Amino acid sequence: MISLGQDEIAKYPFLAEAGQYLKDKGFTLEQFATDPDLKIIVDKAYERIESAAEDKTYYPELDDPSEKETTLPLNVFSFLIAIVLLKLSGLNTLINKFSLAEARRAEKFLQRDLVSNSDKTSEEFAIKIFRDIFSVTIKKTGGYFVIPIPDYLKHAVNFHEREWKLVNRHVENGMVFLSPRESVRLIRWKLSGYIGSKIKSANTPSMSDGFEDKVKRLSTLAKKFVVNTVVTGAYPPCIEHAIEVLNKGENLSHSGRFMLATFLLGRGQTIDEIAPLFKNAPDYNEKVTRYQIKQVSGETGGNKTKYACPSCEKIKSNNLCYITPDCDNIINPMQFGRKRL
Amino acid sequence: MLENDLKFLEETFKQYYFDHFDLIHVPDRSKEREYGYKKFNSGMIRHMSLKTDKDLHLMLMTNVPSDVFCSNGYYSFPNLPMAEKDWKEADLIFDIDAKDLKLSCRKDHICMKCVSCAEISLVQDACPKCKSNKLDLVSLPCQNCISGVKKEVLNLMKILTSDLQIDDKNIRISFSGNEGFHVYVTNSSYNQLGSNERRDLIDYIKFQSAIPERFGFPKNNPSRTSFPDLGDSGWSGRVAKELFGSKSKRSKTITKVISDGQVAYQQKLEEMKNSIGVKIDSNVTSDIHRIFRLEGSLNSKSGLAKLVCQDIEKFNPYIEACLIEDKPVEILANFPIKFSLKNTKFGPYMNEKTSVPKYAAAYMVCKGIASISGT
Ligand SMILES: [Zn+2]
Ligand SMILES: [Zn+2]
Repeated sequence: MISLGQDEIAKYPFLAEAGQYLKDKGFTLEQFATDPDLKIIVDKAYERIESAAEDKTYYPELDDPSEKETTLPLNVFSFLIAIVLLKLSGLNTLINKFSLAEARRAEKFLQRDLVSNSDKTSEEFAIKIFRDIFSVTIKKTGGYFVIPIPDYLKHAVNFHEREWKLVNRHVENGMVFLSPRESVRLIRWKLSGYIGSKIKSANTPSMSDGFEDKVKRLSTLAKKFVVNTVVTGAYPPCIEHAIEVLNKGENLSHSGRFMLATFLLGRGQTIDEIAPLFKNAPDYNEKVTRYQIKQVSGETGGNKTKYACPSCEKIKSNNLCYITPDCDNIINPMQFGRKRL
Repeated sequence: MLENDLKFLEETFKQYYFDHFDLIHVPDRSKEREYGYKKFNSGMIRHMSLKTDKDLHLMLMTNVPSDVFCSNGYYSFPNLPMAEKDWKEADLIFDIDAKDLKLSCRKDHICMKCVSCAEISLVQDACPKCKSNKLDLVSLPCQNCISGVKKEVLNLMKILTSDLQIDDKNIRISFSGNEGFHVYVTNSSYNQLGSNERRDLIDYIKFQSAIPERFGFPKNNPSRTSFPDLGDSGWSGRVAKELFGSKSKRSKTITKVISDGQVAYQQKLEEMKNSIGVKIDSNVTSDIHRIFRLEGSLNSKSGLAKLVCQDIEKFNPYIEACLIEDKPVEILANFPIKFSLKNTKFGPYMNEKTSVPKYAAAYMVCKGIASISGT
């Protein structure tokens, strides 16, 4: 485990062992639920989730030097209490949104620490995060960071833009050269995943009266994100499963998104009808989503190819098949329900 | 396959295996590999486990396979079905085959065999005997094709050892036993990569999907200095060499490239895939569960051995991999082109009975262009 200084823990609170941290600071969870002087932290924690739910990144007192000295490290405490509230709510949609927002926040710090030539400790710490958490060994050479090709590939395959392809990278002696911004972009996916899995694996504390009101408000907040998709049985189980994953705010793989979009396009749905389905995806960005669906539909893109829905065999090999007897030996999801006619 | 031919090949292969145990070994970490084999006239048997050379030799003697394969993948349970094998890692393997180079010499050493009536003729639209258009192409040895493949292998080696910094003691080159070479990378940090990652690496090696921005030509305000230089490492240097030819032509070429515009430059980069990209078979390299012909075993498409090459530049497969004995054998042959094995010329044959060394007989029977004479 990485050892953390006060400054680092404020920037990267997800690295802290929550229970231990509170204990070291002389606090118990009970106090936050009951002590009126600590209510400000619980409020902050709620705000932090709320702004994440609205796709905003939370930057309270970003560079406030007093943060280091204060007896109440607001940034860290509000993060830890936010997790408690999220665990109590049990709402995956919010946990995913929160993880992504926190990842964006940490990203800013990582990027800044990687370029700052003045602060060697911060730079070393940022490099350590790459190594210890993402198993990516990065080294600084000049204004660049270099990463071994295999490490690069493991992360870069999550990107679909051509500029991330290895052929479009400066490669030398087994290393890929990246700017600080690109180095951080490379691990973005993993960072929110890491934060999310840390939250999901944390123990759920028992409910205290002091938290109850906030947790209730979280449920209301989450309702905004429920998409009313009618699951009618008219769709094959693989498609229904994909829609379900998205509705829960979980990440659907690239091949899963491709399958869903091509299927719905094939059934005559429009981009306007399809795009909202992706609203709960942890990395949702309306413009990007619409663009990607457009590309699949053949409306844009270099070769103007309209992509067809992949075969059942292909879907099976991508672990996206949830076959039921209703599938009735079809070989492509598009045939679902039609074969019997 | 005819009864006589089948019997001949089985006996010949068995004799080869018996005489060449010294060439046929299980690879490193054999316990973690999956093995498979085919018998003449029957399907593939996979998901086997062989632990030692002794197991392998026993398998060869009992089954007399036409082809023997071993996985690039390492598994906890290599003999269980694929889903339960528990994949650990896989060697990175490249396949370069003459047929993918589409060289102009191919028309001179290819003939066709009619699927309906088995007539063998020069390449044409339909079978001259029965007019069927179900035809198989048969390619015979060609030194020019082999030189072409070797050139690709050497280009691949350059990328592997310099761009990818793979230690050449972890790289092994093998003649495939027919018209190509396999390049094995073992014990490297690339072993851990899955299929998707390997696909990205394949595009790198084939120089596919390159964008103009990366090679010095952004959408707006292209600058002369951002274009690649001949001394650059990796693709930048190779693109510069292809684009400018020599340093003195750089400036003039850049002026033209900029005035032709970004779209034209993109087109140029795409075309370079054919000139400077290495022509590896993508399906082979991206497959992390594949089984590959075992080195030292015979290839039933030719009767030649798959062999490790110590010095690829000097290696002559049509002499060195031709390891079946040369006792004379009577065959009945009918095909319109000639070929050479072990510095001896054979063919063309006009439906004639003739006596040839056993290695040539095996080659022709494997290729389906001659039969063992039934006397
Ligand atoms: Zn015919
Ligand atoms: Zn040739």
